[in-house]
Amino acid sequence: MSSQSLSIEPSGPKPRKWFEWERVLIYSFLIITALYWLFPLYIVIITSFKDLVTIRDGNIFMPQLHYPIVEVTTDAGTQMVQEHFYDPWVRAWLHVCTGLQCEGISPNFWKSVIITVPSVIISIAVAVTTGYALSNWPFKFSEAFFTVLIVGSFIPYQVMLYPMVLLTKNMGIYSTLYAVIFVHTVFGLPILTLLFRNYFQSLPAELFKAARVDGAGFWRILFQIFLPMSLPIMVVAIILQVTGIWNDFLFGVVFAGPQNYPMPVKLNNIFTSAQGVKEYNVEMAASILTGAVPLFIYFFSGKWFVRGIAAGAVKG
Amino acid sequence: MAVVTQLKTKPSVNSVSIRGLAQSYGALQILKQLDLDIPDGEFLVLLGPSGCGKSTLLNCIAGLLEPTHGQVFIKGKNVTWEEPKDRGIGMVFQSYALYPQMTVERNMSFGLRVAGMAKDEIEKRVGRAADILQLGPLLQRKPMQLSGGQRQRVAIGRALVRDVDVFLFDEPLSNLDAKLRAELRVEIKRLHQRLGNTMIYVTHDQIEAMTLADRIAVMKSGAIQQLDTPMTIYNRPINRYVAGFIGSPGMNFLKSEIEGAGAKAVLKFGPGKINLKDYTPVAPLMPKQVAFGVRPEHIRINAGAEAGLSDSFDAVVDIVEPMGSDSLVWLNVASQTMSARVESSEQYKPGEKVKIRFRVGLASLFDEATGDRL
Ligand SMILES: Nc1ncnc2c1ncn2[C@@H]1O[C@H](COP(=O)(O)OP(=O)(O)OP(=O)(O)O)[C@@H](O)[C@H]1O
Ligand SMILES: [Mg+2]
Repeated sequence: MSSQSLSIEPSGPKPRKWFEWERVLIYSFLIITALYWLFPLYIVIITSFKDLVTIRDGNIFMPQLHYPIVEVTTDAGTQMVQEHFYDPWVRAWLHVCTGLQCEGISPNFWKSVIITVPSVIISIAVAVTTGYALSNWPFKFSEAFFTVLIVGSFIPYQVMLYPMVLLTKNMGIYSTLYAVIFVHTVFGLPILTLLFRNYFQSLPAELFKAARVDGAGFWRILFQIFLPMSLPIMVVAIILQVTGIWNDFLFGVVFAGPQNYPMPVKLNNIFTSAQGVKEYNVEMAASILTGAVPLFIYFFSGKWFVRGIAAGAVKG
Repeated sequence: MAVVTQLKTKPSVNSVSIRGLAQSYGALQILKQLDLDIPDGEFLVLLGPSGCGKSTLLNCIAGLLEPTHGQVFIKGKNVTWEEPKDRGIGMVFQSYALYPQMTVERNMSFGLRVAGMAKDEIEKRVGRAADILQLGPLLQRKPMQLSGGQRQRVAIGRALVRDVDVFLFDEPLSNLDAKLRAELRVEIKRLHQRLGNTMIYVTHDQIEAMTLADRIAVMKSGAIQQLDTPMTIYNRPINRYVAGFIGSPGMNFLKSEIEGAGAKAVLKFGPGKINLKDYTPVAPLMPKQVAFGVRPEHIRINAGAEAGLSDSFDAVVDIVEPMGSDSLVWLNVASQTMSARVESSEQYKPGEKVKIRFRVGLASLFDEATGDRL
């Protein structure tokens, strides 16, 4: 028997044992980690689809399967109304109250959009240019400037908060959308510039030289040579900025003013200003709505992440 | 072609001149007081080991680096402060440096488009360059879809369309495999014969240098050691460094001693003496310790006495390396190792005792202390 198994000549894929301890360990670790993260999400999702009665009386782990017809009493009288699974979502989006305002979270969604889009575009546009200049057009103090930038990107925002408030007040934009956009743009710059500088630095230096010999200047090289090669880093920057700005609470609450609160601030107000019964289902729905944009970004940008756009520029 | 020959026969104006060029990075001096004149239409090769400043020099000529000192003239015009595009140069890089998102055609026409040239003129020039370099069928491809050799041809084409006076090549073939390298080497030589432009070509491959150059500048740590025709550099290297750098397999350096001075000088080597009457010294010889430099093909094994050959010495065969066209025989002579190149029909065995003779007229003598040619 043993002599026979020895005489098998190795060819093709090496046969694997179907059971290996390492594999079991790896898989169990992965599964446990996944569950650890997915379980709360599961609770949030099913709760957002329940009505308050089910939340109060039912099992927290079980989804609600039947939606009854209930009696609703309003000023106009009593009516029989069919419940829907999406009712808490509609309420979160359009009707939930904070204080005297009962417009739901949708106005704040648009405020968030108005804050995020220009902040992302302006901060990336400026950072691309400064990063490119730092990497390829060295000037006298560029190294010192770069060091300052690195230090800048490590300073906690809280330290700069009060000076920023004074600054925006002096500029006359405090408590407006301009202030939040301005602050997000400024605070995004160090890390983004660092990101782009390092990326441009990693591009083959000879590419830049070739473009110079071809007569291209500062902007043409940036727009026609470097930017088309920057898709991967651009995606990284956009993800970083969109999620960072969308999720921001601090600057929103400090600089925007109550009429301009972005979604996370509004969400917090929904949680804290509840009167009477706590509407867990609506709060969960509002949470998911607030987190939807970053989630969406993560899901759909993944495949652009690792693309080697520079391939073919150099030896290959 | 007519224009080309005209230019070639009128070498009065130097195509490129470099005056007192120096370049340093902080305290690190890369180029030191370099002077160089390159006549119109010349193929000059800058040869030197890695890190000796070849690319630095080329970048200074191209205007991609600001020299710390000195001047660069192209076509008699001082271009030291000019932008690269205004210098009338085209450059081909080691890594090809093609614009990855542009097709071959757009890669080649980029410079022309930047200059705002008319569309039909661009088309004409790209078409002509594509013809010369056989890139016609590849014009619509992206660089990613090309082989290394094709990419390098596109890179050459990009310099070609701009109708420049001077071509600068920075190790254009070093990323290619040996066979392709040999092919493109011939193509570049043909290109030079056809266009007659001045070409400055950086390499650390001495075969490329020998085969392509009108003149070779051998560099060492930022200074030109010798600037001359390939044959002069090969046969009469100015010092031991140049001698060792050129030639493959390399020159043998045998420890020996000059006895007697002037016309009476002889070389004491091991147990015997070598007559130096065939040797042409730089200055009258004086007694001193020297390195006797002799190339493998200038050593004859088991040859009879004849004119131009030295007396014979006893040697023992150590190793034989057959190389197809010929063989390299490693020998021990007077407790020193050396190699001799023989016809592959001559066969020797390790341990075999042989007699060797040197072709003294083609050998070199270097001062043991300074390394200079004697
Ligand atoms: N930006 C820089 N900063 C500091 N030192 C540099 C810089 N660029 C090049 N050097 C140094 O200058 C020297 C010459 O470099 P250069 O690129 O000219 O060498 P080379 O002769 O072209 O070598 P190779 O054959 O490897 O290309 C090297 O020692 C290198 O380390
Ligand atoms: Mg180099």
